[in-house]
Amino acid sequence: MRLSIDNLIVKRGERTVLSAVTVAVNTGQSLLLTGPNGAGKTTLIRTIAGFLAPASGTVSLEGGDPELDLAQQCHFVGHSNGVKPSLTVGENLKFWAAYLGGENAKANGARVTSTIEALGLEDLGGIEAAYLSAGQKRRVGLARLLVADRPLWLLDEPTVSLDAASATQLAKLINVHTSKGGLAVIATHLPMALERTLDLRLQPALAGAHS
Amino acid sequence: MSSFWTLVSRDLKLALSDGAALGTALGFYLIVVSLLPLGLGPDLNLLSRIAPGVLWIALLLAALLSLGRIFETDYEDGSLEAIAAGPMPLELIAAAKALAHWLATGVPLALLAPLLGILLNMDLAMSPVLVLSMLIGTLAISFLGSIGAALTLKTRRGGLLLALLILPFYVPTLIFGISAVSMSLNGPDGGTPAFLILAAISLASLVIGPLAAAAALRVQIQ
Repeated sequence: MRLSIDNLIVKRGERTVLSAVTVAVNTGQSLLLTGPNGAGKTTLIRTIAGFLAPASGTVSLEGGDPELDLAQQCHFVGHSNGVKPSLTVGENLKFWAAYLGGENAKANGARVTSTIEALGLEDLGGIEAAYLSAGQKRRVGLARLLVADRPLWLLDEPTVSLDAASATQLAKLINVHTSKGGLAVIATHLPMALERTLDLRLQPALAGAHS
Repeated sequence: MSSFWTLVSRDLKLALSDGAALGTALGFYLIVVSLLPLGLGPDLNLLSRIAPGVLWIALLLAALLSLGRIFETDYEDGSLEAIAAGPMPLELIAAAKALAHWLATGVPLALLAPLLGILLNMDLAMSPVLVLSMLIGTLAISFLGSIGAALTLKTRRGGLLLALLILPFYVPTLIFGISAVSMSLNGPDGGTPAFLILAAISLASLVIGPLAAAAALRVQIQ
């Protein structure tokens, strides 16, 4: 499997945010996006997820399921966690498992249980998400990655508000995912203990530049 | 298809556990309809004549109160993006959320209407026709309303803008909803033509609503 980004140009209004980004990520690799604020890291991730249409260039996942489009093969965890405050942690994860995972309720239930164990959320399972700390909410948001199998993980600043132990745990999860043949694209400012990484440093396009 | 119903049942659960949206809509409906006879005075003939119109207009305004929340809470906590990167196209997502809004708001409001009709001296024999017309009409209210909700997603306090945008599209539903009820007084088949047009409007909005709302959402989540 291979994520190819070819000569990608993305504009926000008249402003060019990404100018001619070309990169290929192979099975088992993590693409680390770095660069100063405003360099276009989030824009690139949102373009891969299909939220933004590029002005030109292509994003494609070669070797993926040909029946699904790219957005259906990726997990997107952005700045917000997508955790419903009035549902418990378990209910939140059950919804994502059923929505993203599909028909088999029993398998989904098992996935939720194993995810809760893997992330050490056992004590929080029955608590309404409104009572969680920012870091705990982030972990529940990231738990979405494990409740359904998807080859491509798109993570935008995943370590925000995580403590050191949780950040290490997240790096391990990503390593396990890529070692099983998955791909990850991660925008981050902090160094993460990732294996098989590919670095892409983005620079802010000149203000007001037109292409 | 299982994802569709998962999303609908999750939205219903959220609407019921939150309670604020449904409570506001039902409370507003109750207040408006119960205040009206106090303002108009105890003319029972007048009240029973205007009852269908009053019940329909108050229902429309009550449903409008919760329309803005169809996509807003999901957008704010990031769920909408994760749902959009899921197995369903945005059109189906918009349809699921509009359907959940209808079940959580339109249906309870329609069922409350005959009860409030008593306050207006409405003939109780009209209740089945009234409820039926409202169940059909509120479908159009939810599905057309989802377009406005999607368009005003990023506007803070966009309630008034939403009302201005979407109320003109409710006029046909309102006219045929009220005439279906009042013309059914003329005989067993009296309200049928208006009923059929009301149903046609709702069926059309079932198709147009999700398509237009998805187009608006696509722009909003860029």
